[in-house]
Amino acid sequence: MGCQVMKKWLVELKIMPKQGILDVSGRAIAQALKQKAYNLEDCVVGKFLKLKIAAHKKEEALNKAKQMASEVLCNALVEEYTLEIFSSSEEKI
Amino acid sequence: MKPIAVFCFPGTQCDQDVLKALRLLKLPAERIWYAEHFNYKEYSAFILPGGFSYGDYLRAGALAALCSTLQDLQQAAQASYPILGICNGFQILCEAGLLDGTLQMNQHLRFVDGWAELSLCNSSIWGASMQNKISLPIAHKQGRFYVSADQLKVLQDEARIWLQYNNNPNGSVGDIAGIFSHSGHIAGLMPHPERAMAKWMGGTDGLFFFQTIL
Repeated sequence: MGCQVMKKWLVELKIMPKQGILDVSGRAIAQALKQKAYNLEDCVVGKFLKLKIAAHKKEEALNKAKQMASEVLCNALVEEYTLEIFSSSEEKI
Repeated sequence: MKPIAVFCFPGTQCDQDVLKALRLLKLPAERIWYAEHFNYKEYSAFILPGGFSYGDYLRAGALAALCSTLQDLQQAAQASYPILGICNGFQILCEAGLLDGTLQMNQHLRFVDGWAELSLCNSSIWGASMQNKISLPIAHKQGRFYVSADQLKVLQDEARIWLQYNNNPNGSVGDIAGIFSHSGHIAGLMPHPERAMAKWMGGTDGLFFFQTIL
């Protein structure tokens, strides 16, 4: 039995409300900041996820992450995502 | 008579209330734990009760929608078995793709808790004998029904809006409190019919939802 060398990849996934979708928590935070005399135009609240994925190639890890994001982690009706991928380490799995 | 299945996920809290409501009407009912597989043919109908499955992590209902029980429920849906989602159950059905739309944080960010006056827009198999105006308890923070303007028009054109709030408590589009699927067999609503089953509870309009299902 041979071991396959797989790399670990770190994918940083940012999920934000789509343009035009009411973000009530962002609006509440902006109002609270304005009340405290902080100067800001607007605030939008999203989610930030770090996914560790084992794969031989960067492309493979990226595709896995995109699948997770589009099928589960992001609700395309109201949210959109962007992701960045980093090489985490090289390990035998 | 085959029993009605009542699902229980980690964080579900209204399963016992739904079971009691069904037993009050002398309907056979069984609880199904989320991690169990089941044969849908052994049941007559399926109810997903309210609560906070998986602590509402990620999005309300999103993680419960990934459970093995939901895979089995997809088969029941394809075979046109009656399926009802109440509150968190409605959120789960939306996340599982069995109903349109999504339930977002209430517009005013507060948990709403009280009785809601509702109007029946189109009849569902769940509550076929329902009156046009009913009153049911609501209790939710993520109950603002959202679909795009185009999708709302589709729901209206296809007469799939089930119930509307008379005084919108959460900012839902089109004052929507409940919808059903193309086939009409799958329905979801944010209010809690199982909490309006007797006079001492404050109302009996919940009876309509379960009386005619079998």
